[in-house]
Amino acid sequence: MLNYIIRRVGYAFVTLIFVAIIGFIIIELPPGSYLDFRLRELRTMGGDYSTDMIAALEQRYGVNDPVHVKFWKWFSNFVQGDFGWSFRYERSVSSLLGARIGFTLLVSISSLIFSWVVAILVGVYSATHRYTIPDYLITVFQFIGLAVPGFLLALVLMIFAQRTLGMEVGGLFSARYRDAPWSWPKFIDLLKHLWIPVVVIAASGTAWLSRVMRGNLLDVLNMQYVQTARSKGLKEEKVIWKHAVRNALHPLVMVFGMSFPAIISGQTVIAIVLNLPTIGPIFVNALLQQDMYLAVTFLMFQAMLLVVGNLVADIALAWLDPRIQFE
Amino acid sequence: MADVISVPVTAESDVREPTSDVGEMSQGKLIWLRFRRNRLAMGGLVTLILLYLAVGFAGFLAPNNYLQQNLEYIHGRPSPITFIGPECRFRLRPYTFGVTTELDQAAFKWVYVVDESVKLPIRFFVRGDTYSLFGFRTDLHLFGVDAPHRLYLWGADSLGRDVFARTLMGGQVSMTVGLVGVALTIFLGSVLGTMSGYFGGVIDDMMQRVVEIIQSFPTIPLWAALAAALPNISETFTMLHRYLLITVILSLVNWTGLARQLRAKVMSYRQADFTSAALVAGASNARIIFIHMLPNAASHIIVVSALSVPGMILGETALSFLGLGILPPMVSWGTLLRDTQQVATVVQHPWLIIPGAGVIIAVLAFSVLGDGLRDAVDPYSI
Repeated sequence: MLNYIIRRVGYAFVTLIFVAIIGFIIIELPPGSYLDFRLRELRTMGGDYSTDMIAALEQRYGVNDPVHVKFWKWFSNFVQGDFGWSFRYERSVSSLLGARIGFTLLVSISSLIFSWVVAILVGVYSATHRYTIPDYLITVFQFIGLAVPGFLLALVLMIFAQRTLGMEVGGLFSARYRDAPWSWPKFIDLLKHLWIPVVVIAASGTAWLSRVMRGNLLDVLNMQYVQTARSKGLKEEKVIWKHAVRNALHPLVMVFGMSFPAIISGQTVIAIVLNLPTIGPIFVNALLQQDMYLAVTFLMFQAMLLVVGNLVADIALAWLDPRIQFE
Repeated sequence: MADVISVPVTAESDVREPTSDVGEMSQGKLIWLRFRRNRLAMGGLVTLILLYLAVGFAGFLAPNNYLQQNLEYIHGRPSPITFIGPECRFRLRPYTFGVTTELDQAAFKWVYVVDESVKLPIRFFVRGDTYSLFGFRTDLHLFGVDAPHRLYLWGADSLGRDVFARTLMGGQVSMTVGLVGVALTIFLGSVLGTMSGYFGGVIDDMMQRVVEIIQSFPTIPLWAALAAALPNISETFTMLHRYLLITVILSLVNWTGLARQLRAKVMSYRQADFTSAALVAGASNARIIFIHMLPNAASHIIVVSALSVPGMILGETALSFLGLGILPPMVSWGTLLRDTQQVATVVQHPWLIIPGAGVIIAVLAFSVLGDGLRDAVDPYSI
């Protein structure tokens, strides 16, 4: 088991190095980054200060070096926790990231938990009530959940929350708590705002996962051990939850690795509509304005979240299912 | 399905009834028969055909040109339509009303007042804005009102352009992005997946690592980063180039799923007797792959592709919504929905959200079609 975990972690690291190379090249690709813009600005300004500044910037980011040297300069600093400078915001990337990564994790993990809990409950219900009207209704909702683009759902929910519930929408806090220090009322305020992003981000994942759960459980319900459990007189709920659901969960853990990327990906767009303080909106802005060190760091962090998610899924599966061999 | 299941048995044993043509059915026909029974999937197919016809003839169906600005009807409401004629009697011909523009003295805003005294009959085959349809320039529209009035079925946008016309035109991009992207996905996925499964060894190992690395990027951020790397629109890099490269970007991630599934299929075919027989008979690798394996996997490829179209349509919509996909003046459903980024705009001008319905309908139709195909490709299952 330990061996298996070590090997998986090793794989994850190798993958991340490749991700870093590819990510850097993609972001480096377009000409005219914000850094070039700043350098040009400094050159036209002239003077000793500018000349020193240009030399320092060129040295730090390897402006005139070939790509591999540039990459190495960035990567070695990245590993040491120096992510570079955002020329657009005039702040270090790590300070921008630090302010947002916490909320990103909060929103992502809440959505993940929400989608799993709802998906399992809904999946079990529709599998045990197959071909009934609620099951058909659930199927309709599942299809719609998969078909509606996240940002559209976000818009509709926001309008609903604003008009019908009279809530202040957008962001994770009301205006008066936004810059306030943490306190109990601020936490309550956060919870009041959190549900819209969580529901929207989790929607398509929930639809898909509950579909998978329904299929798995239907397969398992035909197994002989379920029949045995019933024939020895166990209560139906015990048969379902103790015998069938447990075994139907394994394939679901296997797709965990796929549901996590969907959530990270989905929240990039949704965060813009909902004006969330997560890394999505700032990432898209960085891309549009070619603020490359900001963009590449955020891309790396999103990929890292994903690789770690996959790793957790693999290990959890090995833990849960003794039939998996660790060769 | 009992009659169909018995097909291979009658075909193999020589006691075929001379009058029955059941045994003659091809695999394709069996799939079609099974598919046709699935009413939901048939509905999806019909919806898609209608949608493609509508967006294909967009210029003819829409009463206005999608680029025609009308600064006197900015954010104008959808034209009201009535069946009550000028003599206040019911007529089968629908009428709309003339609109006059007035300045709201209090709010200093232009307001559009429906003038119920001016009744405009909606006529068939009217002449209006010019457009090009499959290369021909014409000004004939299926329906419309007499100039200088204009009919806005779904209202107007921030420059007074017809949302109905723009939604149809946007469909041309959004509904083909999926198809072109899928063609590329099929090509990349089947070539690389088959190679990986057939040759195994180092090739397979490398391919699997590549797939793993591509799949470790979250899709939308990766797409966004790639799209941001595209050059700006210029003389040498036209909008069409951008459109094509966006489809390439979308399929760059998408092929990995197909490749993985195909690899598993090909690996199982490698163990099959027909492959061994072909090898013994001296067939080349290329022959085995193209004559024996790919036709076997064809139905599988089609199903996986159909199910990947919705993801591409949603991907393009998300990218364009972020301003990283299709750029104006070219329109797609995503670029149209960019107008709805502010909640306040949607509350005031709810008709701007109509293009979103196009996305939902197209994605739903492709999903049920794909599901139906998946159930249908295996005619021998019960």
